[in-house]
Amino acid sequence: MSQLQNFTKGFIKENPILVLVLGTCPTLATTSSSLNGMGMGIATTFVLIGSNVVISLLSNVIPDKVRIPAFVVIIASFVTIVDLLMQAYVPGLYEKLGIFIPLIVVNCIVLGRAEAYACKNSVFSSFIDGFGMGLGFTMALGILGAFREIVGSGSIFGYKFIAGDGILVFILAPGAFIALGYLIALINRIKRT
Amino acid sequence: MEYILIIISAVFINNIVLAQFLGICPFLGVSNKVNTALGMAGAVTFVIVLATMVTYLIQIYVLNKLGIGFMQTITFILVIAALVQMVEIILKKVSQTLYQALGIFLPLITTNCAVLGVAIIVIKKDYNLIEGVVFGASTAIGFGLALIILAGIREQLELADIPKGMKGVPISLVIAGILAMAFMGFTGIVK
Repeated sequence: MSQLQNFTKGFIKENPILVLVLGTCPTLATTSSSLNGMGMGIATTFVLIGSNVVISLLSNVIPDKVRIPAFVVIIASFVTIVDLLMQAYVPGLYEKLGIFIPLIVVNCIVLGRAEAYACKNSVFSSFIDGFGMGLGFTMALGILGAFREIVGSGSIFGYKFIAGDGILVFILAPGAFIALGYLIALINRIKRT
Repeated sequence: MEYILIIISAVFINNIVLAQFLGICPFLGVSNKVNTALGMAGAVTFVIVLATMVTYLIQIYVLNKLGIGFMQTITFILVIAALVQMVEIILKKVSQTLYQALGIFLPLITTNCAVLGVAIIVIKKDYNLIEGVVFGASTAIGFGLALIILAGIREQLELADIPKGMKGVPISLVIAGILAMAFMGFTGIVK
């Protein structure tokens, strides 16, 4: 597989959320607006790239039997770095995402890429893989967030273009489930044709 | 009274799955049959209560004492992973029947974000140990409740005629959304 294919596979074909359905918790929780969703996506991308690179560097050193705990420690270190950086530089977003920043540790996408890709491939390919997958994740979060924001409050990226309230339920918890359900159904439909 | 408020709030109003979006993966993954859902709910309750207790004590007596609160994420996830392993080994020795009933679900719990989520929420909300354990147990009951309701509906759904693209995950998500709407009706029981 060429590096370009490697990079773009996370966009649609193996999109972590819409096709593999991994990491649904942060997807549903942080997409009440497009900005929050993309903030979460970028934070996860950073962790993905970092953990992928380090794990592929260390893949020969880590004994096979303890690889999962070792991966988790590496991932948790990067999550802590992101947590502290966001607290310092984007406190507003940090407040909004709250508990879901430390919970990137248990995001199945990150551990999934480490186990399925980074521990078997070169550093550069792992970097590309992490970057592509992260972008796919960010894109899906952005789309879902934008949809919920437009329908739910009549605004996009915080800019309000419809006066009055939207369909409030899409900002609240039930709307998250329903919107993601139909988005995945739509992707299924597109993939079949 | 305080404890009753915590219980009602954690089970119904702030239901961990339907209002806080934690533990969605097992919620979608093992809700095909009521029996497996019961097994998962039991295993999760067990681990959450244990993990809340241990992580709370570690936070108070180790992390806070040494002033290394930033190590919280790393420590908690390792503690939970170790705990799950331990529970698995002990159960295997002590109760073969329970081990076989929970068997496959135990290793999956490490990546259930509800466990780590509850541990962090307990620290954030400044609960004491008893409140924390009550909160953890009732959160787990709320998780089990949502899981079993969804499993019950999905069992019936096998007979329904669903459009091809909606089969599997999408329809489960839509059902979960409607369930979440129903659970919103509980808002306001406790202020």
